[in-house]
Amino acid sequence: MMVTVSEVQTEADFEEVAPKKAWTQVAMDLSRKQPLGVFGLAIVLAMVVAAALANVVSPFNPLQEHFDAMLVPPGTDSYLLGTDEFGRDILSRLIYGSRTALLVGFVCAIVGSTAGLVLGVASAYFGGLFDLILQRVLDVFMAFPLIILALAVVATLGPGIENVMIAIILPFVPQCARVVRSNALAIREIPYVDAARALGFSNARIILRHMVPNVMAPYLIMLTTFLGQAILLEASLSFLGLGVQDPIPAWGLMLTNASEFFEGSPWVAIYPGVAISLSVFGFNLFGDAVRDTLDPKLRSR
Amino acid sequence: MGKYIFKRVLLMIPTLIGAAILVFLLLRMAPGDICAVRYLGSGLAIDESQIELCREQLGLNKPQIVQFFDFIWGYVVFDLGDSMWTGQPVTHEIAIRFELSLQIAIMATLVATIIAIPLGIISAVRQNTITDYVVRGFAIAGIAIPSFWLGLMIILGLLIVTQSWLGEPWMPPIEFKSIWEDPIHNMAQLIWPAVATGYRYSAVATRMTRSAMLEVLREDYVRTARAKGMVEKIVINRHALKNALLPVVTILALEFAFLMGGLVVTEQVFNLNGLGNLMVDGVERQDFAMTQNLVMLVVIIYVFINLLTDLAYAWLDPRIRYS
Repeated sequence: MMVTVSEVQTEADFEEVAPKKAWTQVAMDLSRKQPLGVFGLAIVLAMVVAAALANVVSPFNPLQEHFDAMLVPPGTDSYLLGTDEFGRDILSRLIYGSRTALLVGFVCAIVGSTAGLVLGVASAYFGGLFDLILQRVLDVFMAFPLIILALAVVATLGPGIENVMIAIILPFVPQCARVVRSNALAIREIPYVDAARALGFSNARIILRHMVPNVMAPYLIMLTTFLGQAILLEASLSFLGLGVQDPIPAWGLMLTNASEFFEGSPWVAIYPGVAISLSVFGFNLFGDAVRDTLDPKLRSR
Repeated sequence: MGKYIFKRVLLMIPTLIGAAILVFLLLRMAPGDICAVRYLGSGLAIDESQIELCREQLGLNKPQIVQFFDFIWGYVVFDLGDSMWTGQPVTHEIAIRFELSLQIAIMATLVATIIAIPLGIISAVRQNTITDYVVRGFAIAGIAIPSFWLGLMIILGLLIVTQSWLGEPWMPPIEFKSIWEDPIHNMAQLIWPAVATGYRYSAVATRMTRSAMLEVLREDYVRTARAKGMVEKIVINRHALKNALLPVVTILALEFAFLMGGLVVTEQVFNLNGLGNLMVDGVERQDFAMTQNLVMLVVIIYVFINLLTDLAYAWLDPRIRYS
């Protein structure tokens, strides 16, 4: 009975894939199924392009201080979004700031979720004392609210972009490990893992070839959720003065002094916040679409 | 049930001890200490013997392991020691700020609940319509907008609106007055941070309500209720919502725990002197006594609320108890 069901499914999949669709058609299908996700992806792509071409598209050098044009309102003298208290062009700083945000976002999300994947699968596969101890250690890390743990790590390591990334990665690892482990536990019980062991495959091979591919869905879901979270956490820490340091353009950092000037020059406070919100919004929409597609429990709802 | 509670409480102990070790080590790994911070700040020529004396007074020259057991022992005898910066008892420093943080946490949770539950229900009931997309967009925006920036925008909005309506800009009061003492003053100060953080937390809860409702609306008993010809409103409020609320309440409870210490950034924006502010100060001054106890306080609240939600779950759903 089981065999026939799966055969029918593969046939159906095959028929669906068979006629090759033009990429425009694929894009159309996707945007009909996941309109918000495609919108999110568009924001993310725009950000990637801006970051990659920052030196071409920025009207000014983001570090250059124009003392004749401090706190100039948007639109004057080709300062499209105005300047900050040092006369630095806000638009250029926003464009270069997307590099910082993307770097922190991708590095933290990928490293954090991959470390979680390794720990989660290993914990489920080996079980026993190793699993027990690892779970207690992860419990300890999970007992801290995200920002508190990040704050404590930054307090230890000091500010700076590398330390901020470590501070953000650390709380991500146990979160991902927990989710991956619970999925991997179910997979360990499936006979093909026993079969692989009976065939004398090494632990590394069973983990990499038989377990890891089957927990890709939760792994990718966690990874995409972390992208937005990492950008937000970096902005918060930089805002507190504990993150990325001047003069590196970073959105959270641009808001640090904003409260001193925003009464007379609101643009100093508005645009960096819009940039943070928009990018996290894009990453979250994209992440949601990924989850809807990958999580069979939620599919077609 | 008794056995389950016992097991869960027992499991908390290694977590708390582990957290204590982690906090203790993290803080001591940082270069320098409060005595160095003090002398650098005072601008006096650095006198090694003075710094040594300061360390001796604060007990920083004791072996680390002794300092750690002093820290743990403090929880056994309920004496958390004195702040290394102000010299006041840590419990006193926390107590004078606790009311403010607790009030914002409660208000923010209320804001979140009021926004989240109706929006989540509407979004689920009208799944895949324009209403649903708008609500989901609103919720995802809530997660994307940093609450400290929303706070800045609220202050900016207040300034502009009051400037044009009243002729002079108005800012929320800076000095904290208890709600029992001066409710209007208190509300005028705390409603804004509560809204800024409440919106953010409502977003998570809205999404939770929506997905929980969607799940429940597909259950057989809901179909039965509809088949009986029951009014849709009653089906949703009585049958579906009751069962969908469990995960929502969990999320709200955990958020509440998080809010108690997680207001770190928002407090800075609104110039509030709460627990988050105390923590940032403690970190900057390397006031170990203050920071370690404050972090532990947040962790203890977090772990306890976690425990309470687990127990509530077990009480409501016997399957959890026995597995």
